[in-house]
Amino acid sequence: MKFQFQDVGQMLNMGGHGFYVWSAVIVTLMIIIGLIIRPLIQHRVVLSQIGQDLAREKLRKRVDGENN
Amino acid sequence: MNWTWFYRLGSPLWFYQMTTRWLPWLSLLAFVLLTTGLVWGLGFAPQDAKQGNSFRIIYLHVPASFLALAGYFLMATAGAIGLIWKMKLSYMIMKSAAPIGAALTFLALFTGAVWGKPTWGSYWVWDARITSMLILLFLYFGVLALQYAFHNEESGNKASAVLALVGTVNIPIIYKSVDWWYTLHQPSTIKLTSAPSMHPDMFHPLLVMILGFYCFYVVALCLFTRVEILRRERKTAWVGELAARSSNAVEGAKQ
Amino acid sequence: MRSHASNGFCAYLRRDLRLSHRRLGEAASPLIFFIMVSTLVPLGITPDPASLALVASGIIWVFALLATMLSANDLFTGDYQDGSLEQLLISPQVLVMPVLGKVTAHWLVTGLPLTIVSPLLGLMLSLPEAGYFPMMASLALGTACLSLLGAVGAALTVSLQKGGMLLALVVMPLYMPVIIFGGATVQYGIDGLAWTGPLAILGAMLAAAIALCPLAIAGVLRLTSIN
Repeated sequence: MKFQFQDVGQMLNMGGHGFYVWSAVIVTLMIIIGLIIRPLIQHRVVLSQIGQDLAREKLRKRVDGENN
Repeated sequence: MNWTWFYRLGSPLWFYQMTTRWLPWLSLLAFVLLTTGLVWGLGFAPQDAKQGNSFRIIYLHVPASFLALAGYFLMATAGAIGLIWKMKLSYMIMKSAAPIGAALTFLALFTGAVWGKPTWGSYWVWDARITSMLILLFLYFGVLALQYAFHNEESGNKASAVLALVGTVNIPIIYKSVDWWYTLHQPSTIKLTSAPSMHPDMFHPLLVMILGFYCFYVVALCLFTRVEILRRERKTAWVGELAARSSNAVEGAKQ
Repeated sequence: MRSHASNGFCAYLRRDLRLSHRRLGEAASPLIFFIMVSTLVPLGITPDPASLALVASGIIWVFALLATMLSANDLFTGDYQDGSLEQLLISPQVLVMPVLGKVTAHWLVTGLPLTIVSPLLGLMLSLPEAGYFPMMASLALGTACLSLLGAVGAALTVSLQKGGMLLALVVMPLYMPVIIFGGATVQYGIDGLAWTGPLAILGAMLAAAIALCPLAIAGVLRLTSIN
C-alpha cells in the first residue's frame, strides 16, 4: 500500500477530478457533522427549556404559599 | 417465559441511561473508522483504470446509499413495533430515523450526481437506481411531512408508522417497475454496470467506510432519539432532575 | 355473515353514488380539470401535431393521475365532518367492505369518466391511432389502482384541516409504478408491440391493491380518526 499522490497539490487536483471528489467529500462531512451537531444543540435547548419551566413552577408555588 | 426484559427495552429511561454510557465509545469508533476509511480511500487506494480518481467517490456514495435504504426499513420496523406493542420508545426511534434517512438519501443522490459528471458527462441521468433513490427520498419526505402535520403527536406517530409500512410494501414494486421502465428506455451510450469484482485494495477501504457509516448512523439515531425522549418525558421526575442538574451546572459555570 | 358483509359494500356504494349525483358539479370537477389542463400543453409546449404525438400518451396519463389525486382528498372528509365516519367505525360491521364500496364509488365517479373522455384528449393532443384502445384499457385499470392508493392517503390525512398538499406528497411515490406501466401500455400500443404485457401487470397491481388497500385504509381510519 502506498500513497497515490506525490504532493498535496496533486491530491487536491485528483488528476482533473478534484472538484467532483472534493465537493462530494465536503458535502458528506457537512451532512455528517450536521446530523451530529443538530441533536446536540437541541438536547441542550430542550433541557434548558425544561429547567426554566421547572424553575417557574417552583417560583409560582412559593409565591402562592406566601400569599395564602 | 419471562418477558420483562422486552418491556425494559421499551423504557425511555433505560435507553437514555444506556446511551449515556455507550455513546462516547461508539462515537469514537465511528470517528476512527470514518477517518481511516476516508484517508485510505482518498489517498491510498489505487486508481481505477477507467475512471481515474473520480471513482474515489464510491467510498462516500455506496455507504450513504446503503444506509439510506437500511434506514427506511429500520424506520418502518420501528413504526410496526410501535403499532403492535404500543411502545413509546419505538415511535421515538421511528421519528428520529426519518430526518437522518432523508439526509443520507440526499447525500447518496448528491455524491451520485458529482460522480456521474466525470463518468458519464452529465450530473443527472434517469437511470434506474438513481430514479429509485429519488423516489425513496420522496417517501422519506412523505413520512416527515405527515409527522409534522398532526398536532396530536399520538395520531401523527400512528399515521407515519402506517405510511412507512405501506412504503415498505411498495419499495420492491417501485424498484422492479423502475428497473423495467429503465430497460425500456435505456439509452445505448450509458452503461451503468460496476466492475464485477473489485480489487481487494479498493474493497477494503470501502468496507471500513461502510462500517464507519453504520456506526455513525447508530450514533446519530441515538442522539436524535435522546432529544425526542427528553421532549416527550419532560413531565417525568428523572428528566426534571436532569434539567435541574444541568441548569445548576450552567449557573455554577457562570459564577 | 357473508351477505351482511357484502351488504356493507352495496350500501356504501349506493350511498356515495347518490351523494355525488346530488352534487353533480363537484363530482364533475376532476373531469373538467382533466380536460382543461390538457389545453395547457399545446399552449405551453407547441401546437405542432408531430411533437404533441410524441408526448401525448405520457401527458394524458399524468393528468389522469393528478385529477384522481385531487379528488381523492375528499373521499373521507365529508363523512369525517358530519360524523358518519365515526358511526361507521363504531358499528360492528366489517370495515373493509364499506371502505371498498366507497372507493368503488369514487372510481365510478372519477376514473371511469376519465377513461371515457380520454379519446377526446387523445384527439386534441394528436395521439397516434394505435394508442387509443391501450390508453382506455390502461386508464380503466390504472385509475382504479390510483383510487385505492389515493384512499390510503386520504385516510391518513382525513383528520387534518389542510390535507390536500400533504396527500399529494404522501401518495405520489406510491403512484409511480402505476404510471410507469400505464404509460408503457400506451407506448407499446403506439409502437405496435404487445401492449397486453404491461396491461397485465397493471391488472396484477390492481388485484393486489384490491386485496391490500382496503385493509390498510380500514386500519388507518381506526388508528387516526378516533382519539
